[in-house]
Amino acid sequence: MAAQLLQFLFAGLTSGAIYALAGLGFAIIYNASGVINFAQGEFIMIGGMAAATLTASGMPLPLAALVAVAGTMLVGMALEKLAIEPARDSDTVSVIIITIGASIFLRGLAQLAWGKGFHTLPAFSGEVPLAVLGASLMPQSLWVLGVSLAVIVLLWWFFNRTLFGKAMLATSHNRLAAELVGIAAKRVLLAAFALSALLGAVGGVVVAPITFANTEAGIMLGLKGFAAAVLGGLGNGFGAIVGGLAVGVAEALAAGTLSSAYKDAIAFIIILAVLIFRPQGIFGRKKVDRV
Amino acid sequence: MSLLRVQTLSKEFGGVHAIEDLDFAVNPGTIHSIIGPNGAGKTTLFNLITGLYRPSSGRVLFDGADVTGVKPSRLAALGISRTFQNLQIFFNMTAIENVMVGHHLHLDHRFLPSLFRLPAVARADRALKERSAELMEFVGIGDCVGAEASELPYGALKRLEIARALAAKPRLLLLDEPAAGLNPTEARAIDAMIQKVAASGVTVVLVEHDMKMVMGISDHILVLDYGRKLAEGTPVEVRANPLVVEAYLGVGA
Amino acid sequence: MSKRSHRYGLIGLTLVVALAPLGFRNAYFYDVATNAMIQAVVCVGLNLLIGYAGQISLGHAGFFALGAYGSAILTSRYGLPSLAALAVSAAAVGGLAFLIGRPILKLAGHTLAMATLGIGIIIHIVLKTESWLTGGPDGMAVDTFTVFGLAVDGDRAWYWVCGGLLVIAVWLSCNLVNSPVGRALRAVHGSEVAAQVAGIDTAGTKVLVFVVSAVFASLAGGVFAHKSGMVTPDIGGFFHSIELVTMVVLGGMASAFGAVAGAVILTLLPQFLAGFEDYEAVVLGAVMMGTMIFLPKGLLPSLKAQVKRRMGA
Repeated sequence: MAAQLLQFLFAGLTSGAIYALAGLGFAIIYNASGVINFAQGEFIMIGGMAAATLTASGMPLPLAALVAVAGTMLVGMALEKLAIEPARDSDTVSVIIITIGASIFLRGLAQLAWGKGFHTLPAFSGEVPLAVLGASLMPQSLWVLGVSLAVIVLLWWFFNRTLFGKAMLATSHNRLAAELVGIAAKRVLLAAFALSALLGAVGGVVVAPITFANTEAGIMLGLKGFAAAVLGGLGNGFGAIVGGLAVGVAEALAAGTLSSAYKDAIAFIIILAVLIFRPQGIFGRKKVDRV
Repeated sequence: MSLLRVQTLSKEFGGVHAIEDLDFAVNPGTIHSIIGPNGAGKTTLFNLITGLYRPSSGRVLFDGADVTGVKPSRLAALGISRTFQNLQIFFNMTAIENVMVGHHLHLDHRFLPSLFRLPAVARADRALKERSAELMEFVGIGDCVGAEASELPYGALKRLEIARALAAKPRLLLLDEPAAGLNPTEARAIDAMIQKVAASGVTVVLVEHDMKMVMGISDHILVLDYGRKLAEGTPVEVRANPLVVEAYLGVGA
Repeated sequence: MSKRSHRYGLIGLTLVVALAPLGFRNAYFYDVATNAMIQAVVCVGLNLLIGYAGQISLGHAGFFALGAYGSAILTSRYGLPSLAALAVSAAAVGGLAFLIGRPILKLAGHTLAMATLGIGIIIHIVLKTESWLTGGPDGMAVDTFTVFGLAVDGDRAWYWVCGGLLVIAVWLSCNLVNSPVGRALRAVHGSEVAAQVAGIDTAGTKVLVFVVSAVFASLAGGVFAHKSGMVTPDIGGFFHSIELVTMVVLGGMASAFGAVAGAVILTLLPQFLAGFEDYEAVVLGAVMMGTMIFLPKGLLPSLKAQVKRRMGA
């Protein structure tokens, strides 16, 4: 029984790590622009699909992973330049529709390029499961957790120790003040999209051996990443990580103990519950409007 | 008996005392002005009276009844109406529709009669349109009747908001800086209009910076400074009060 | 829009609906047109919520599907008469919208969008999973629509029924918009604070328009179920919800006629892409982005503005 729960925990933490990366992506873009980027999930999908098809055509895995991530970053930046920037002053509904349109567009392009089938990416260090305390753990899961952790640490270093990273933080706290001290808000926004695309793509590459890459995968992953961000408190990076792991584990436990059919519903029930009862999430602060 | 009464009213925002221990009363049929430097808490006071903020302590009484913290829509039903310092015009509607909305509580606003446009609803709307045009005439924008709200200049919009507030047939009208941003001629016109409104039986409380206007039309003045009452009385009394002269009008004014 | 232009619009719409079949070459035309009109009914209701009241819903296909499945299940499994099934489903969906609406309409913008998204997806998952009731992912068959012993069957019959329903729906929407309730709705969008101060129960108004738009969707869904003879869970999916919002936004918000135009355009689009189904997603995505970037007010209002400018008005 304990071994089974541990099994679910491992599965939950693995998918939770991907949600955490996606949630961080949402948080970064939201902080930089107040925009919820519905196309976040497509970054994950493109990363995984690109890596899978590149390795299938003979490219060595590490190079394929790098190219996939870099390519996705370019996609993210193109999205910002072509779709988000022109709509800087639009109202919320318009921007929501633009990012949803972008996600549908990207998915359509991906399907034209790669078809609708499943593609495999070989596991990084083999498929022999490790026995841990009675449960079995795929080595790829360790890769997922390890790479996610590394990326998060790098991100923390970037935001807190580099000049540009600090500039991005400053912009998210007070855009006008940041612009007044010479920080180019446009460049910050571009960087935010590039970073989010990077986070998504890394997640996509590292989880593809487990879930198989597929052009339809983006929507759900993105929405669950959003659940993570909302649960942790929209805009709060640490919250997104905690939220992601929580959503992943909750999903896995529910699927294992209650009903696997409703696995996907868990994330959305969480979204609804949080938005209704505590819209600011676990770590967020309540907003006060001035009249 | 006073129409509006405020008792030991206080409001703080995380340590900042926007309003502190305020006591005053407004008698029916008067024009009552509230003046004070920027940040003195005038708009906060309006927001407290009209239910947009909950007081930290103290009470607001309207016509003897305790209305502290009551929702704005309920207060409207009791007869309190207001305008806003930063215009809250419905730019997605025409000018006359803005005024018509002001009359909302006096209409049958049930769903089904509206959905099927029952003859009674259609008739009431036609009558309302006429009344609203008259109100726009009354506040001096009669020639804007056919316009979209988004097409009107700033001065006209300030009057439109007053027309909307009047459409509610209020007993108490709160005007938040009605002359702000207007040139002297327009301000004089607003002046005259406020006196017309008061003459028609509505009690007016206004927040204003324009000292000439305030001194000229008020029956009673309340001076605020840093959220506290600095002085109150008739224009003559207030003008002579040394505390007021120093804090607001400037030393040696 | 003034009452006069509403009247002209309604007359125009009725004429188009009445005369369009002259150009139909076969039953397929009727079928596509009917689908467009059914979507249009949902969009007219959704437009009240998005265009006039300034809210958003990314889950409205869920209400459509609940109406469809409600009709399907009540008639085919429990033998209820068709009209009664429509009414019962609409009432149930309205009740659900009321219960959910109260808490989530306190939110705004992105958070409201995500909450409605969540609702839509949960409904979709339930419809896919509870196969004992709904037939699961493969859906279920629906009995023919019968009223007082007469069966409504066949493409032509459904065209006229749906055409009539559409005209009624637009008429109701026009009535509402220029009424005290409609003005209250638009006031909430214009300035919630000012609306409250004018005595409008803004929270209640938002819930009202949410419920009304859900009921429109439910009725359209029920009609769709009978017309198609078949329901599948995907009619309640995220993609359909997005299509609906795109239709409203494309045609022009705050305009029932715009909503109809948007529905017609997006329903006809795949027809022109016949043979290019693979490009459907790309085109839809491009349309969504393009509209919001270049024509943020939607097609009809932008066209109206162009016409006004040309006429030197």
